[in-house]
Amino acid sequence: MTSLRYYSMPNMVPLRALNEATDRVRSLRMYVRILLWLLTVVLAASVSVTARAALTIDIVGGGEKQIPVAIAPLTGEARLPYKISEIVAADLQRAGLFRMIDPGGITPMPTEPSEVRYGDWSSRGAEALVIGSITPTADGRFEVRFRLLDVQKQSQLAGFSYTIASAQTRNAAHRIADVIYEKLLGVPGAFATRIVYVVKQGSRYELQIADADGFGGQTVLASDEPIISPTWAPDGNRLAYVSFEGKKPIVYVQNLSTGQRRVLANFRGSNSSPAWAPDGRRLAVVLTRDGNSQIYAISAEGGSVSRLSNSNSIDTEPNFSPDGQSLLFTSDRGGSPQIYRMSASGGAAERVTFDGTYNVSPRYSPDGKSFVFVQRSGGRFNLMLQEFGTRQVIPLTDGVVDESPSFAPNGRMILYGSKQGARGILAAVSNDGRIKQRLTIQSGDVREPAWGPLLKGF
Amino acid sequence: MRRILFGAVVVGLLAGCAGKDVKEEGAPVEDRKPDTVTAPPAKPPAKPAPPVVKQVESKPIAANPLTDPGNVLSKRSVFFDYDSTAVKDEFKPLVTAHAKYLTDNRGRRVVVQGNTDERGSREYNLALGQRRAESVKKMMMLLGATDSQIETVSFGEEKPRSAGSDESAWAQNRRADIVYDGE
Repeated sequence: MTSLRYYSMPNMVPLRALNEATDRVRSLRMYVRILLWLLTVVLAASVSVTARAALTIDIVGGGEKQIPVAIAPLTGEARLPYKISEIVAADLQRAGLFRMIDPGGITPMPTEPSEVRYGDWSSRGAEALVIGSITPTADGRFEVRFRLLDVQKQSQLAGFSYTIASAQTRNAAHRIADVIYEKLLGVPGAFATRIVYVVKQGSRYELQIADADGFGGQTVLASDEPIISPTWAPDGNRLAYVSFEGKKPIVYVQNLSTGQRRVLANFRGSNSSPAWAPDGRRLAVVLTRDGNSQIYAISAEGGSVSRLSNSNSIDTEPNFSPDGQSLLFTSDRGGSPQIYRMSASGGAAERVTFDGTYNVSPRYSPDGKSFVFVQRSGGRFNLMLQEFGTRQVIPLTDGVVDESPSFAPNGRMILYGSKQGARGILAAVSNDGRIKQRLTIQSGDVREPAWGPLLKGF
Repeated sequence: MRRILFGAVVVGLLAGCAGKDVKEEGAPVEDRKPDTVTAPPAKPPAKPAPPVVKQVESKPIAANPLTDPGNVLSKRSVFFDYDSTAVKDEFKPLVTAHAKYLTDNRGRRVVVQGNTDERGSREYNLALGQRRAESVKKMMMLLGATDSQIETVSFGEEKPRSAGSDESAWAQNRRADIVYDGE
């Protein structure tokens, strides 16, 4: 396998300059700088939301404040099947929070900090610069070295080395993008992740997984019957989903590394809506074995179930809070479908949505402070974000049919299913509604996306 | 008389053997003409089908009430209003007929498959379809069918009968279908 080596501290400075005092000052400066960046981003976000509501200015495809970053081609990157600098740039561009500064025309292209003429980059407006190199190793692999430099401070913000096989090029690039994202914004990136979705082509259904940038899609299940509600186990190696191949909805769990799958829940009636507990050892599922659709807990190994919800209504779409203590779910116990919250061990439920007559598909944000859901209003279905504390609701999307929301593991983006004409597509929106992406994955009807956890190891 | 009896038994055996080939049930044997039956061959009756088919076809066969277009039992779909799971009056005779059939035929079982139109959350629609199926099941049970005879499942919006996105297509898809075991 591959190795991941910690190359230097984020604020590593040249040895000659290293003494305790300057080091501390440099650290402090850096943190103040990152804080300022963050503040600017946050302010820009809140201002924009207000402005949008008043002026209906729709900013699509990028944030207002974008950090200018230059990604220099890594020396020797043509040795690898993909150019790492291009993948990193595409990732950051897609996030909507960075502006790419063209590195073209600078010769020689720097590989080490000592080779950087900072004036070249500051004159182009770059605030951060990425440099690095690809070196073949004796065992046929490649050492990928990169450094993130602060152009104004002329200091290093991060530097890592990965030793990879050439097949891991894209993964390494996504990890580099994650480091840059985190160093410049203060929150982890979510580029080195995978997504799952269902493609319908004619009467054929395929469950596919791909990298978060849509690359490398592969089919893990093909069927002539519908597949819905795929969801990632926290380990990123198992999927639970609902398949209709048995002439009724049955919940399966499939191991991605072995390809093996087994029935998780096949009780009398319908079995659906699997949701993993954060510990990955049990799931909530919706069964109708006792009549109406109710929420039950089941071990990830299958077996007996225990009933969690207890109503004479529809209780469905359970979703665990990140701490595993609570469940959000959809219920029409009050006459119309609304979002409720109850303990993960069952019991009484409290209603949490009150506006509108159709609020469904709740998903906790990874920090547990808010949740996204789908609201029907005037015949349109749109994503909304609600904070638990303030109960403030922010509209996130404005499509005709937006559904099946799923948070990125860093909570910054929400992947969802949408429509382009009659065709199903995937789209993503930032958690403030400002940045919108469309994921063009392939032809066919694409739907039911779910964003996987951060990948551990290559 | 002894010869007649023997012949009838043989024909019965042959008819039983041929039953699968001619796809007919309950071949009548009681009033067969023994003269048409040849003596049993020395070896087991490997190819006895043609004469037997003739015999069977000469008799009127009772139509399967579940597939006879003239019988209400051949109608299997109950349609629903938008956002509703109530069985409408116009479909009550249909549900009643199936309930009676199940009451009279305790060995028969059905699956009631609930469906919805495409609008809304897939999982919530799965639950709505389930409720439609349950609604049909409850009415059947009130009319004498038993719980063990009826399984309710839902396809939600996943298996639309009509692929369109207008009201006429949606109306076709808000539906519960009654499917008998073996169908």
